Amino acid sequence: MEDLKIVNGIVYDPLNGIDGERLDIHVSGGKIAERAKAQRVIDVKGMVVMPGGVDIHSHIAGPKINMGRRLRPENHRTAPVPKTDVTRAGVGGGLSSTFVTGYRYAAMGYTTVMEPAVPPLMARHAHEELNDIPMVDKGCYVLMGNNEYIISHIHELNKVENYVKWLLNAAKGYAIKAVNPCGSDNWKWGENVHGLGEKGVKFDATPKEMITTLSEVNKRLKLPHPLHLHTIDLGVPGNYETTLETLEMLKGKRAHLTHLQFNCYGGSSWKDLSSEAGGIAEKVNDSKITVDSGQVIFGDVTTMTADAPWQYRLYRLSGNKWVNNDVEVECGGGIVPYRYRKKNSVNATQWAIGLELLLMIEDPWRVYLSTDNPNGGSFTSYPYIIKLLMDKKFRKEELSTLHQNASSTSLPDIDREYTLGEIATITRGATAKSLGLKNKGHLGVGADADIAIYPLKEDIAKMFSKASYVIKDGDLVVGKGKIISEKYGKTFMLDFKEKVEPDPDVREFFKYYTVDIENYPVEMAYLPRYEAIKCG
Amino acid sequence: MKFEHVVCPLCGCLCDDLELIVERNEVISTKNACALSRSMFLNLNADLAKPLIEGKETGIEACVDKAIGIISKADYPLVYGLASTESNAQRKAVELAELLGGAIDSTSSICHGPTVLGVQMMGEVTCTLGTIMNQADLVVFWGSNPVDAHPRHLTRYSLTPRGLFTPRGRKGRRMIVVDVRETKSSKLADRFIQLKPGTDFEALSSLRALIKGEKIDIDPELKELAEEMKSCEFGALLFGQGLTMSNGKNMNVNAALALVRDLNQHTKFAILPMRGHYNVTGADMVFTWQTGYPFAIDFSLGYPRYGPGEFSVVDLLSRKEVDVALIIASDPVSSLPAQASSYLSEIDTIVIDPNRSMTSEIARVVIPTARAGISAEGTAYRMDGVPIRLKKVLKSPYPSDYEVLCKIVNGVIDGRSKDS
Ligand SMILES: [Zn+2]
Repeated sequence: MEDLKIVNGIVYDPLNGIDGERLDIHVSGGKIAERAKAQRVIDVKGMVVMPGGVDIHSHIAGPKINMGRRLRPENHRTAPVPKTDVTRAGVGGGLSSTFVTGYRYAAMGYTTVMEPAVPPLMARHAHEELNDIPMVDKGCYVLMGNNEYIISHIHELNKVENYVKWLLNAAKGYAIKAVNPCGSDNWKWGENVHGLGEKGVKFDATPKEMITTLSEVNKRLKLPHPLHLHTIDLGVPGNYETTLETLEMLKGKRAHLTHLQFNCYGGSSWKDLSSEAGGIAEKVNDSKITVDSGQVIFGDVTTMTADAPWQYRLYRLSGNKWVNNDVEVECGGGIVPYRYRKKNSVNATQWAIGLELLLMIEDPWRVYLSTDNPNGGSFTSYPYIIKLLMDKKFRKEELSTLHQNASSTSLPDIDREYTLGEIATITRGATAKSLGLKNKGHLGVGADADIAIYPLKEDIAKMFSKASYVIKDGDLVVGKGKIISEKYGKTFMLDFKEKVEPDPDVREFFKYYTVDIENYPVEMAYLPRYEAIKCG
Repeated sequence: MKFEHVVCPLCGCLCDDLELIVERNEVISTKNACALSRSMFLNLNADLAKPLIEGKETGIEACVDKAIGIISKADYPLVYGLASTESNAQRKAVELAELLGGAIDSTSSICHGPTVLGVQMMGEVTCTLGTIMNQADLVVFWGSNPVDAHPRHLTRYSLTPRGLFTPRGRKGRRMIVVDVRETKSSKLADRFIQLKPGTDFEALSSLRALIKGEKIDIDPELKELAEEMKSCEFGALLFGQGLTMSNGKNMNVNAALALVRDLNQHTKFAILPMRGHYNVTGADMVFTWQTGYPFAIDFSLGYPRYGPGEFSVVDLLSRKEVDVALIIASDPVSSLPAQASSYLSEIDTIVIDPNRSMTSEIARVVIPTARAGISAEGTAYRMDGVPIRLKKVLKSPYPSDYEVLCKIVNGVIDGRSKDS
């Protein structure tokens, strides 16, 4: 790879305190350098230069997204993507094929994406798909909130700590994920849990105990990313009380609450569902918690989560086709196609709540942009959301086309407009920081040379949908929004500094699996390019 | 030398607890293997393929070069098979079909293709095999004879094992078999319901009506079955080709999927296809993540198109639409209807396979390979989607399916760049 010099750009690099300065960026050996003997100079006069985007939560690889793809040929038919001299063919609807996923992220200037929900038993599958996603670096979070071993050892912190460490290593995962802790396990018997203190039908643990245990273990193991939590009662009218309680419980602790929009509902039924985003935002402002928004986008989506009882509820509400999969002693999951409609009062309110959160949580280092791809909408909608955040006039125009209930939220009264620096924060600087990826999300010397260069355009959505240039690890891979060379990134895993052995009773526990413990851990063959991030 | 925790590359059960003793590059004994598996492991050297061009033995390099030559000139080639190889070979096969603008299909289209079509219409309420082991108190086998086709399914997963919430094993589980004839499996069942051939759809739909509380005049046995299904704590319906390949095909599967889905308003119930070849599920998976579609895919327009009944193997061959067939780890001559398979001997057929087969007998080029799961590592997906790493226990003089496919892909690309 040749050295590069990118000159005359207007640089937004919030992690290094750079907010729209004209600076030259030097690239050498795939890294940002102090000074490079560059043969190649790219003049980006008048363009905006940012670190490559870092997506903290997007379902892109593994059994669920693939089951979604298999379920919905009707979704692909209208979105064929032909092969080119440098790229593979595929499909690009809301459930894009692996190659197309990589190309589309890169075209938007994203260079790191995290898959947030992998059943450890299926981790090999997730890694196989990650290896077929070009252009970006990636990693995955491991589902643990409904794990029978953890449930049955919920009061034995040392054992859970050892097991979690072993499991992260076995799945070659990057973070702990909990989805509807205890609720999805209860779904194995057709039930859910409601409220943080409720016990399951066949076990003693409560969601509260599961969340505190996993967050404590996360802290003890000094994992780079905090506990990644899809909390309980998601999607249910009136769930904001549980969310406030969850935030109170985690006060002063590190935790990440994902796609929070789905947990900010007032009211007592679908008829009177309302926004409680204000109270939630206030509580977040008052804590150390980080969140991502989970914006909904109007149109057809495919919902898929490890929150299996929620998916059943959505199936019963919508009558659409429904997939459920219960994974032995670990978790479960469901898939339901859905359509968000502008004139539907609930959907319009959900749309407003996502934006309220992004606009009312004051610190951009603690609230990130997401659609929970593909649940709320496709990741390709990010430029549209950025425009909504940066342009209050556009926001008001959009609002005026929606069901009136969206206007009874506080959104019409919010005048805040994001700056480019703040956009750079919520889409790369802050997400990289939350992930503990020290070489990502910034353009300081030594960082990975992942760089996105955007044309400065009147229409913000257009500007962010097609980067003028993208540089990945020092190579120019995108030009004018098109892939000009294909390149495969690495997978992030964890480095625990010592060999991780399972407790004897983990071996005993494997009699409830149909796979031998010796065949369970994902081999390094599945991470042909990797970087192990040190814990601690 | 002893190998432990070996994964069996034979049927969709992918049992991973085998022990093999290997001496002088031969398996001399097996432990934990079923009769089918043991017979496979102890006879690995029988019927090995040799590198052949036009029936004459030659070197493997010459065979690969010949294959590249034929494929490069193909107008509309078909890549087919892939149920008995690992996922890297499957990935490379999709790349090749895309590169050539050809079609690709797996054996799914002749076994559980209707299952996929059913799922695409209805969705699917399913679970992993371990969930059945841990929770099921009722298992219903429909058009499926595990004793013969998946010999260890009953003892490892679905009938006798004791799991987390099933401490009594077989004693705590009811087994029901629904089939058109008595089988070894039906003899083990607590209840056997014999259907008239061609009445699966009717029976499944009636059960669904009964579960919804509708009063219908029907065989009392079915009424009792409906009651059992509704009142169990966790049920599983496991279906085989008796359902997917009998009259009604995907309509049968639709009815079964709908029945199980609706049972979940009363209890927990799951449905699983009993898939045959050990990695046919993997072919579905790989095709889907790379193209969006699980089988019957065409690349002639440069992007993937899905067409069961149009781009599936039987249709492409019967309509004589393809001019070259690349068959990987499969024996279509023995498994396809004659009007389709006979066409393979009329066109340039290339076979990549560790073993001799009826297809390799009629092929123009035969490329022998190291058998996946025996002499090459890789990933296979169990019938319930659980991915398992296959082991290498014997050495082979030949490259793996994946390595051969890499050479072919590179050869085609090199040839093109020389031409241009
Ligand atoms: Zn999610």
